[in-house]
Amino acid sequence: MTVYLLRKLLGTIPTIFGVALIVFLLFHVVGGDPTYQMLGKYATAEQVAELRHQLGFDQPLHRQFVGFLREIVTFDFGESYATKQKVSRMILDGIVPSLSLTLPAFFLTTLIAVVIGLLVAYFRGRWIDRVTVLLCVLGMSVPVLAYILFGQYFLAYRLQLFPIAGYDPEWPERLVYLALPILISVMVSVGFSVRFYRTALIEETSQDYVRTARAKGLSEPRIYLKHVLKNSLVPIVTNVVMDLPLLVLGAFLLEKFFGIPGLGGITINAVHDSDFQVIKAMTIFQSFLFILGNVLTDVAYTLVDPRVSFDGR
Amino acid sequence: MGAEAGSIANEEVRPARSLWSDAFRRLRRDRLAVLCLLVVLAYAAAALLAQFGWIASPWEQEVGKAFAPPSFDRLELIMGTDFLGRSVLYKVVHGARVAMSVGLLASLISVPIGVLLGATAGYFGGWWDDAVVWFYTTVASIPGIMLLIAITLMLGKGMTAMCIALGATSWVHLARVMRGEFMKHKSREYVVAAESLGAGHSARIFRHIFPNVSHFVIINFSIQFMGAIKAEVILSFLGIGAQGLPSWGVMISDAKDELSRWVFWPWLNGTTPVWWQLAGATSAMFFVVLALNILGDALRDALDPRIK
Repeated sequence: MTVYLLRKLLGTIPTIFGVALIVFLLFHVVGGDPTYQMLGKYATAEQVAELRHQLGFDQPLHRQFVGFLREIVTFDFGESYATKQKVSRMILDGIVPSLSLTLPAFFLTTLIAVVIGLLVAYFRGRWIDRVTVLLCVLGMSVPVLAYILFGQYFLAYRLQLFPIAGYDPEWPERLVYLALPILISVMVSVGFSVRFYRTALIEETSQDYVRTARAKGLSEPRIYLKHVLKNSLVPIVTNVVMDLPLLVLGAFLLEKFFGIPGLGGITINAVHDSDFQVIKAMTIFQSFLFILGNVLTDVAYTLVDPRVSFDGR
Repeated sequence: MGAEAGSIANEEVRPARSLWSDAFRRLRRDRLAVLCLLVVLAYAAAALLAQFGWIASPWEQEVGKAFAPPSFDRLELIMGTDFLGRSVLYKVVHGARVAMSVGLLASLISVPIGVLLGATAGYFGGWWDDAVVWFYTTVASIPGIMLLIAITLMLGKGMTAMCIALGATSWVHLARVMRGEFMKHKSREYVVAAESLGAGHSARIFRHIFPNVSHFVIINFSIQFMGAIKAEVILSFLGIGAQGLPSWGVMISDAKDELSRWVFWPWLNGTTPVWWQLAGATSAMFFVVLALNILGDALRDALDPRIK
C-alpha cells in the first residue's frame, strides 16, 4: 500500500514539472513584463526599474524559472500587488470558507443524485425516467449566472428567506449565510450528477449477477440497495474522490456574488485587479490539488474494488 | 469492370450504406434532434446575418428612452431597452454572433490540435506517444477555468485572446479519444492492406484511418462548441472576454444591478423591476445550450456504431 502510494506520487513528478513549466511560460514569457501595467502610465523610469528588480523580471529567463521553482517548493509567492498581503497567507485563509460552501453542497448533491439515480434506474424506460432525464438536461442548460442571479433576487431579496450576502466565521451563523449558496450550488450540479449516476447504475443492472439475483427470487429493493448499489460504488467513489480536491477551489461565481471570502472570490478579485502574482500562485496551487485528486482516485479504486490490485498498474 | 459487375448481377445486392448516410437516417428519425439542429442553425443564421449587418443593426443606436420596458410598438422594443436606450433584442442577436464566432474559432483551433496530436501519438507510439500523453496530462491537470483566465489575461483580454485560450485548453478530450482509436485501428487488416499497397504514413493516417474515426470529431464538436459558448459568457461576465461587444456575458453583468431598479410598465399598469436584459441574455443562452446538449446526445447515439 505505502509502496503503491509512493510510486503513484513519484509518477506525478513529470506532470508537476510540466504544470510549473506551462505556468512559467504563460506568466513570464507570453505575458511578459507586467510592471507598466501595474504602475500605470505616469510611472517614472526609476519606479519601473525598481519594481522590475523587485519582481525579478530584470533577470535572465532561466534565473526567473529557478526563482519560480523556489517559490513553488517553499510555497512562498511573495506579496499580492493589489492587497499587499502574503499570497500564501491569502490562499491558506481562503481554504476554510471555500470548503464550508463546497463540501456540504457536494455531499448533498451526491446523496440526492444517487437516490434519484437509483429510482430512475429502477423505473428506466418508463415515463418517470424520461421526465427525470428531460429535467436533468433542462437544468444543465440553464446558465450558472441565471441560477445565482434569480436565486439571490427572488429567495434573498424579494422573499427575504436568506441573507442577501455575507459571511460569519462563527458556526451556526455561518450556515445562515451559506444556506442559499449551497442550495444554488446543488441546483447547478444535480442535473449532471443524476445523469452520471443513472448511466453508471443502469450499466450495473444489466450485469449477469442481477439476473441471477432475480432468478433466485430476491426482492427488487434488495437487489438495488444491496447488490447494485454496492457494485456501483466504484464509479461513485471515484467520482467523489476525484472531485474532492477541486472543492477547495470553491465556487468562483457563488463566492463572488455572496461575498464569501474563499479562494474563488479571491481569484475573481485578482482577475479584476490584474493581480498576476495571485493568479499565478492560485493556478499552481489548484493544479497540484487536481493532481493529488488523481492519485487519491487511483488509491480509492484499489480500496473499493478488490479486483484492482496494488501490484498491477 | 463490366464483366465483374455482370457476374454478381444475379445475386441480390443491397446497396451499401456508408456510416454517414446511415447516421443521417437515424438522426432524421429522431424528431427532437432535428428540431435542435434547426435551433442551432437558426442561431447560426442570425449570427451570420447580424455579422453582415442585415438584421438587428446597428445595435449601438439609441432606439428609445433608457430602461424602456418591452412593448409591441416597434420590433426593436419587443425586449425593451438597456441603460443607454439601446434595443435589448438587437443586443441579444449580436450576442449570438459573439457566442457563435467564439465557439467556431475556438473549435477551429482545438480540433486540428486534438486530431493531429492524438492521431500521431496513437499511430506512431514510442517516445512521441509518451511526449503527447505527458503534454495533455499536464494541460488537463490545470483546472480549466484557471488556465482560461491565465491565458486570456496574459494575451491581453478581448475576443482574440479568449478564442486562443479556449482553443488551447479544449483539445485534450479529442486528443485522448483520437489516440485510443488510432492505436486500435493502426494494426487492422485494411490498414495493413493499404501499407502493402504502398501507402505511406500520412496516407494511412489521413486517407485510411481518419475517415473511419472522424465521427468522434463531430460528436466532440457539439460538446466543445457548447463548452466554448458557456465559457465565453463567463469570461465576458468577468470582464476579460468580449470588449465593447454585446456579449451575453456582458449583458448579464450589466443587468445584474438593474433588478433593483423599478420602472412603470403600461402592460401591467404598474411598476416592475428591470428584468428584460437579464431574461433576454439568459434565455438566449439557455435555448442554444439546451439544443446543443440534446443534439450532442443524439449525434453520439446516431454516429457511434457501438450503440446501434
